[in-house]
Amino acid sequence: MIKNITASQFEQEVKQSDLPVLVDFWAGWCGPCRMMAPVLDEAAAELEGKMKVVKVNVDEEVSLAEEYEIMSIPTMLVFKSGEPVDMLVGFMPKSNLLAKLNQHI
Amino acid sequence: MDSIFDVLIVGAGPAGLAAGLYAGRAMLDTAVVEGKGPGGQVILTHEIENYPGFAEPVSGAELAANMAAQTSRFNVTMLNSPVEELKLDGKIKEAITPEGTLKAKTIILATGVTPKMLAVPGEEKYIGRGVSYCATCDGAFYRGKRVAVVGGGDTAVKEALFLTKFAEHVWLIHRRDSLRAEIINQKRLLEHPKITPLWHKVVTEIHGGLKVTGVTLMDTRDQAVSTLDLDGVFIFVGRKPVGPLEGSGIHTDAEGYIITDENMQTNIPGVYAIGDIRHKAWRQIVTAVSDGAVAALSAAEYIQDNFQEDEK
Repeated sequence: MIKNITASQFEQEVKQSDLPVLVDFWAGWCGPCRMMAPVLDEAAAELEGKMKVVKVNVDEEVSLAEEYEIMSIPTMLVFKSGEPVDMLVGFMPKSNLLAKLNQHI
Repeated sequence: MDSIFDVLIVGAGPAGLAAGLYAGRAMLDTAVVEGKGPGGQVILTHEIENYPGFAEPVSGAELAANMAAQTSRFNVTMLNSPVEELKLDGKIKEAITPEGTLKAKTIILATGVTPKMLAVPGEEKYIGRGVSYCATCDGAFYRGKRVAVVGGGDTAVKEALFLTKFAEHVWLIHRRDSLRAEIINQKRLLEHPKITPLWHKVVTEIHGGLKVTGVTLMDTRDQAVSTLDLDGVFIFVGRKPVGPLEGSGIHTDAEGYIITDENMQTNIPGVYAIGDIRHKAWRQIVTAVSDGAVAALSAAEYIQDNFQEDEK
């Protein structure tokens, strides 16, 4: 299971991470986010040791969603050295997701 | 030796899940293969109020989850993999996935449809930055904002109504001057104080800086060009069929929808098509599940007639 993080954990878990981090912004009422969940679980397992994957619930962490100007979910941001470097929007199959993420490893 | 399923269903929307339920309950060795999670287009719907058995509106996500759970009760194998190619010429049919080849005596195609894009400048650039294809997903990010819905069908009208919960104002941009939506929702839309229809208009460009700031509109009658300042554009301009049909030999209509007989069988015996991918007049959840039941029962009969002897 991928960990859901809060605004107060964001600095430590994402910005200070040595590995690149994929942050999935999601909500329970979003159908494509539910579709994406098992794909992310599998992708996270395959990326073990190369990239970290965390989730942010936009209902509970409104400030994070606002800070990163999330306007559509699922949106997945790739962070490197504390900065967002890529944005992926909407459901995508695992092969597409991994192809995009491999560019940042 | 690879196992051979009695029934392999490609796609886990309402049609595929209903077929799985009927086939599983008929004690057939059944699998449903789907590249995304279960649910199909239904999970994009906020509220469904025309599915019998629910006195109060039910959310699309909840209905889909219930359907998947119900189908799972009957020993149906759920596989998570996209089908890339079909080989249907032998007595045993094959579906090819990145994880390997699935074999079955019958195949039921329930691959459905996918939303069409507008195909105008700016559309792709602003996906996730003001362009959306899912009001249920993204409506809440437009609290107090100005948004437009493009389209005039059932989905466009329903989503425009949904967006009034959040947006300050909703414009409905449509290239004709009448809607092709259920009358009850047309009435709700036309009477809604927060919705303004813009008739005879097409979007020719979506513009902005980092985010969408507006659209360029053209009048279809006199080609007059205007602009509308917006924070969000929701696009519902129809859907197109999807599925790994190339080279399969399955007959479709000019738009790519699969042609079947009244038992849902395609031109290839033992191969069926159900739900939104099928050539038909009405695409509703209730017609999709009906297709699924008919196809599963037809497949059971086909197996009885064509495979019973081999196994004796």
